[in-house]
Amino acid sequence: MSYVVEMLNIRKEFPGIVANDNITLTLKKGEIHALLGENGAGKSTLMGVLFGMYQPERGLIKVNGKEVKITNPNVANRLGIGMVHQHFKLVENFTVTENIILGSEPLKGMVLDIDKAAKRIEELSKHYGLNVDPHAKIEDISVGMQQRVEILKMLYREADVLILDEPTAVLTPVEIDELMKIMRNLINEGKSIIIITHKLKEIKAVADRCTVIRRGKGIGTVNVAESSEASLAEMMVGRHVSFKVDKKESTPGEVVLKIDSLSVKNNRKVMGLKDFSLEVRAGEIVGIAGVEGNGQTEIVEAITGLRKAESGTILISGEEITNLPIRQRNEKGISHIPEDRQKRGLVLDYSLVSNMVLQIYNKQPFSKRGLLNFPAMKAYAQNIIENFDVRSGEGASSIARTLSGGNQQKAIIGRELELDPKLLIAVQPTRGLDVGSIEYIHRRIIEHRDKGNAVLLISLELDEVLQLSDRIAIVNNGELVGEVIAAETNENEVGLMMAGVGKERSI
Amino acid sequence: MRNTIVSLISIILGLVAGGILMLFIGSNPIEGYSYLLQGALKNLERIGNTLATATPLIFTGLSVAFAFRTGLFNIGASGQMLVGGLAATAVALTFDLSRPILLLVMVLAGLVAGALWAFIPGLLKAKFNVHEVVSTIMMNWIAYWTIYYIVPGYFKGEFLETESKKLAESDTLRTPFLTEMFDGSYINLGLFLAVIAVIIIAFIIEKTTLGFELKAVGFNRFAAEYAGMKVNRNIILSMLISGALAGVGGVALYTGNASSIQIGILPAQGYDGIAVALLGANHPVGVFFAAVLFGILYSGTGFMNAMTEIPPELANTIIAIIIYFAATSVMIERLLNKFKAKKSNKEDKSGPVVEKGDS
Ligand SMILES: Nc1ncnc2c1ncn2[C@@H]1O[C@H](COP(=O)(O)OP(=O)(O)OP(=O)(O)O)[C@@H](O)[C@H]1O
Ligand SMILES: [Mg+2]
Repeated sequence: MSYVVEMLNIRKEFPGIVANDNITLTLKKGEIHALLGENGAGKSTLMGVLFGMYQPERGLIKVNGKEVKITNPNVANRLGIGMVHQHFKLVENFTVTENIILGSEPLKGMVLDIDKAAKRIEELSKHYGLNVDPHAKIEDISVGMQQRVEILKMLYREADVLILDEPTAVLTPVEIDELMKIMRNLINEGKSIIIITHKLKEIKAVADRCTVIRRGKGIGTVNVAESSEASLAEMMVGRHVSFKVDKKESTPGEVVLKIDSLSVKNNRKVMGLKDFSLEVRAGEIVGIAGVEGNGQTEIVEAITGLRKAESGTILISGEEITNLPIRQRNEKGISHIPEDRQKRGLVLDYSLVSNMVLQIYNKQPFSKRGLLNFPAMKAYAQNIIENFDVRSGEGASSIARTLSGGNQQKAIIGRELELDPKLLIAVQPTRGLDVGSIEYIHRRIIEHRDKGNAVLLISLELDEVLQLSDRIAIVNNGELVGEVIAAETNENEVGLMMAGVGKERSI
Repeated sequence: MRNTIVSLISIILGLVAGGILMLFIGSNPIEGYSYLLQGALKNLERIGNTLATATPLIFTGLSVAFAFRTGLFNIGASGQMLVGGLAATAVALTFDLSRPILLLVMVLAGLVAGALWAFIPGLLKAKFNVHEVVSTIMMNWIAYWTIYYIVPGYFKGEFLETESKKLAESDTLRTPFLTEMFDGSYINLGLFLAVIAVIIIAFIIEKTTLGFELKAVGFNRFAAEYAGMKVNRNIILSMLISGALAGVGGVALYTGNASSIQIGILPAQGYDGIAVALLGANHPVGVFFAAVLFGILYSGTGFMNAMTEIPPELANTIIAIIIYFAATSVMIERLLNKFKAKKSNKEDKSGPVVEKGDS
């Protein structure tokens, strides 16, 4: 059997942690190889080594049987290795073509030959069924399409080995299906793929083999056809993982959040949310289901104060907050797990300590008369880090940027739950988390409900909405289509409503 | 720590490059540098003058560094210095107050004027998202022309149309006590103000909720907004503080180092502040030392030029080279990393090979 890539006994250290400890991974030609492991296990690091972003302390890399030293990403490109990063980076106000040719600009004499590039991109896009408009600006296209742009970028550079780091975490279910189709096309064209994902379903669906790592150590490689989701999960976490969410019947109390005829503009300055009304009571979890971009962002940002309401009112426990500044809303007991952890959720250049008190640094005991109290901040952060199993090299002093994606997410969830909010707004709370962490976070959210708080859950994953919510509100095109009780509905019914087929039911 | 090493390496590389240049023009670098150092530090008077030269640079360096730490690029220190200097000069020439009160009012006037000058770009940024690089540069020219008309119009000098009336010695920041201590140098109270400013700014940045907030806005304004911080207010506040620092720098320059303000000149110290901040890694203490280094280079060149064939422009060249290296610090860091990697590899090989058992 010929291997396109062999990574043998790789070791990579960061201050305070061995991210990769003697890991071996081999990629056969024409296979889809999944890389599975808990948050912080070292997956992105291992792929970073292969892509030349990190130099391993020990170990050997062979490409097509020849030993190579991949000292930087350019070398990786030359060897035919391409990578789409977990948090991908495209230049927002550049077009697709400009982004793709960035760094390898085609020249016609002395001038840039954009047209030639655009044509080639169009051909590639057609060939692999990527459906990307080479002239669109990045800021105008969906996350799913941005991802396909990243894939195109690798293809444009003629990569044969494609690394996808959690490509599906930011995608809608439909986009995930499309991505899988694309991946199969790529394999048929002779490419080989390494994919990192926490969703075992996806591994079962596309991958041929799967390598599992745990806390930096290689556990083994298995044939996917011969393993079950449960066995993969157990191999990764080291214990049995339950996929079912256990929860008691909810006992709704008084109304905590009351939204009345709310209209909000979207980024394109047209109404993204129209005449929307919803109540969330103490002791219940209300999920919002809908295809991405149908008003969810507008609802969340209007409640949290990040976006102005055009008309309508928002009340928290009977008090109007429609036009209050953000801090006052927080003080009234709203807390928010944001959709984009790196844009909103964290100051990446701050330590974990500072990030854990991001909203309350100005309160006792963290400060007094304008002076920060570092020991108090640190103790508070350490408590969250322990409770939520946030793993990092240097504990509370770690800079947020150095945390793995999933651990960044856990830190944010911990921070928001620690505030013990009356209303928790959780947007895609388990995005990028491993199955073990998802189980834990779900439990914590339900616990929070059982303490008599209100939870508003927004997720693109229907599974999660159905399992966690007590009541589900379905939005389509910025309008409320209807509400259903979670225990009495199913994926089909909600799916239909998401497509805009209305349903009247009194609750 | 790492920043310090990078800065030190930049300085050494800059000095080496300066030495090579001296060789090229047929001079002896050792001799050149020795005269440069003598010129800056030979006797108490020269030391005093060097420190005085560094004083405005400490202020402008702090001004730029503070803005930078909070995510803003203040290119307007020159203009803020000018209006600060003008305000202090105007106070000194207009009011007849007892010396301590007069000096206090002068410093406050300079502080307020500088702050106001920076307030406008801050406001433009907060309200209309006008980039501060553009607006602070514009404010520099507005300050330039304001001085151009106000000084001859209201504070004309006795002999020269192009500068303001000389301040009485007792109306400047120079004090007999310091002047005598440094054998007649023009070192002045500005240096004390600068040291106090370094301490206050370091304190604000590291220890206060204000600093916490300003830095958060600088690093990631979206996250700051999410957390309930008032982003726009913080941008304006940060510009105010930055401008105030440069304004007091202007007071130190025009009513401490000098006794009058000239028209038709944007003080170079404003732009040098960017270099000082960069070399000082945007850290208040780093800024202090970087400014002193610049002070040595600037005030030593005259003597070097007098004693050798080396032109005085060499100091500027050396500074430019140092800045070039500091600005490309990524390169230096890479070099450091490589060095470190090599070293640890060597240790790997020479040391006994221990198999890490998988437990
Ligand atoms: N640049 C860095 N500096 C310091 N530590 C780092 C750096 N990058 C990663 N780490 C640490 O190495 C460990 C592995 O991180 P990595 O990003 O590889 O995890 P991961 O398996 O991709 O996790 P996730 O599923 O959460 O994305 C983590 O503990 C992380 O804190
Ligand atoms: Mg990762």
